[in-house]
Amino acid sequence: MTTGSDANGVPRTARDHLPSPTQVPDILDKRLIFVTGKGGVGKSTVAAALGLVAARRGMRTVIAEVAGQDRVLRALTAREDIDPFCEYELADRLFGISIDPEHALQEYLQLQLRVRQLADLLTSSRMFQYFAAATPGLQEMVTMGKVWELAQLERRSRNATRYDLVIVDAPATGHGVAFMRTPKTFADIARVGPIAHQGRIIHSLIVDRRRTGVIAVALPEEMPVNETMLLRDEIARHLGLELDAVVVNGLYPDRFGPRQAGSLARALETAGTPLARAALQTALSEHVRARAQRDEVARLSEGIGLDPVELPFLFEPELRIDEVGRLSETLEAGL
Amino acid sequence: MNLTETLEGREICVVGGSGGVGKTTTAATIAMGMAARGLKVAVVTIDPARRLANSLGLEELDNEPRLVDPGLFADEGLEMEGELWAMMLDPKRTFDDIVEKLAPTPEARDEVLSNRIYKELSNAVAGSQEYTAMAKLWDLHEGGDWDLLVLDTPPSRNALDFLDAPDRLTHFLEGRALQVFLRPTGIAGRIVGRGTGMVFSVLRRVTGVDLLEDLSVFFRSLSGMIDGFRSRAKQVNALLADERTMFLLVTSPEREPIDEAIFFWRKLKAARMPFGGAIVNRVHHDHTGGAEPDDVAEELPAELSESVAAAVLESFRDYHVLARRDAANVEHLAKQLAGGRGRPADGRMMLVPHLDEDVHDIGGLLRIHRYLFATEAEREMV
Repeated sequence: MTTGSDANGVPRTARDHLPSPTQVPDILDKRLIFVTGKGGVGKSTVAAALGLVAARRGMRTVIAEVAGQDRVLRALTAREDIDPFCEYELADRLFGISIDPEHALQEYLQLQLRVRQLADLLTSSRMFQYFAAATPGLQEMVTMGKVWELAQLERRSRNATRYDLVIVDAPATGHGVAFMRTPKTFADIARVGPIAHQGRIIHSLIVDRRRTGVIAVALPEEMPVNETMLLRDEIARHLGLELDAVVVNGLYPDRFGPRQAGSLARALETAGTPLARAALQTALSEHVRARAQRDEVARLSEGIGLDPVELPFLFEPELRIDEVGRLSETLEAGL
Repeated sequence: MNLTETLEGREICVVGGSGGVGKTTTAATIAMGMAARGLKVAVVTIDPARRLANSLGLEELDNEPRLVDPGLFADEGLEMEGELWAMMLDPKRTFDDIVEKLAPTPEARDEVLSNRIYKELSNAVAGSQEYTAMAKLWDLHEGGDWDLLVLDTPPSRNALDFLDAPDRLTHFLEGRALQVFLRPTGIAGRIVGRGTGMVFSVLRRVTGVDLLEDLSVFFRSLSGMIDGFRSRAKQVNALLADERTMFLLVTSPEREPIDEAIFFWRKLKAARMPFGGAIVNRVHHDHTGGAEPDDVAEELPAELSESVAAAVLESFRDYHVLARRDAANVEHLAKQLAGGRGRPADGRMMLVPHLDEDVHDIGGLLRIHRYLFATEAEREMV
């Protein structure tokens, strides 16, 4: 668990002095990073690895999971039960929080109304609970409100840790862009008043390329690659943002070149035992998959105009902190 | 588990599971396989990422099923005795259609369709995507044009949302609290008492007047259709629970999706929904035949160079780790599905091996098809 407001020992970086408006800083010099991608591509793992990289570089970093998800927290704390909205310390300078809409709403109301009793009046009212559950997009809106709050140098919450970097494990692709757009949508509908005002402030952080970055995570397969290109188009169209980096997850080792593959195929013909044939077949299969994956990476790279950062497939039963640590080293070298 | 038998006489097949496990591909393959066996099948997908369209060579899937060119299958050597149709659900359009049908008057319809909350945010109404999927499924089923409808469920991280969706949507439109909210005026203050009046004034401080007004109109106009929403949800639930429907679960052999599948299965059981079985995609099989992977070092042909032989051994070991992991997770699933009563679970599970090539076209669907529709004897061979 985190304690106290603690800004000690944090090396002061250039991040308090934003670069000139025309210059887009390196991804890790931003304040807020959205890690996006479709379901099952390893977004949470990349968010966790990125958090480790940032923390190693001396930044106080928080990884925010949304919609009550807590995979990163469970993997990195080795706990089964995670309290929502608590800021857990995961490693030196690395923190994590699972933002659930209920707590986010409560905090949002308190910050807006500034009087605890008024906020309590609302949240304890059945009619209000009803209203909150029924209002479309409200959950996403207050979640984004919390993300924004985490990214403030002067946190609104009392005694809160000050973070240099907030990493958001965003919802799966299609939903991800809608999620990032919610504050703008609310601001447009509300026109005037506190929500409109707040929505605009949050939106201005999200679309500011000097402060906010987007990382897309993909698998080296045909459809995830297509979807990453679609994502690139969508964030440009709806948010005016560009992808700062693309991470390709789960690359098989390229153990056998074409010449070796030839000798594997010949050996398969002469292999005398079922075990030897199985091993050679496994090696050949891996070769085929590894080749196909590299073709997809090349296609992605060309389509996006960025060199993707490649993360290896890990032959492990489960990803725990050690494995995430290994991935973070590869990620750091690639960013 | 035999799919043809499992789906015998069923009119609806709902394919559930968490994201990234090959659910869309599996749904498409099931639909294709049943169509090849003489049925007129439509597969409905909700994935916003046009994956199915890619798979079926359709440029654009709109909100109505389209016939997939049988020639595409013939080219790959599959004879289509029936017909395969495919559609991609457009939740917004479906919602508009529902409003159109349920609105008591044209004025009420226009009030909803032009409301800014509705226009901008109705996709974010809790459960609306799932609700529209169900509603569309219901419509297609009522139309009676298809022998079998295969539904690929929304890619929510929580597969359960899907089952609860109709209830969640109707719950928010019912009840006294909403009725109160629909009259946020001075009169309401008198009717409902001082407490509610205060809640309103505080609420207005948070939302601002405009947003509250738009919300109020949104709820009021939709509330005229509550009965329609509710009766549809009821009908859909009844259809899903009866013997014309079959639920299939799709998962990959990693721990998280397996746990999710088990969770979903329990939910199905509790709701007494018909469950046909689980399909586990991308399974790494153990090819050591009980030996240790390292034993192969002695048996590799001598012609392999030392470095290649070492790499072969390394890769064999790596995949053995995956095979052991998959076997353990699959066994865990099997035990759960058997309900701990010692009943064999084999009949409720089907394994599809991790294929060398990625599945993204008809040829890929056919490779999956070989496993999903294999006879018991053929499966033994695998």
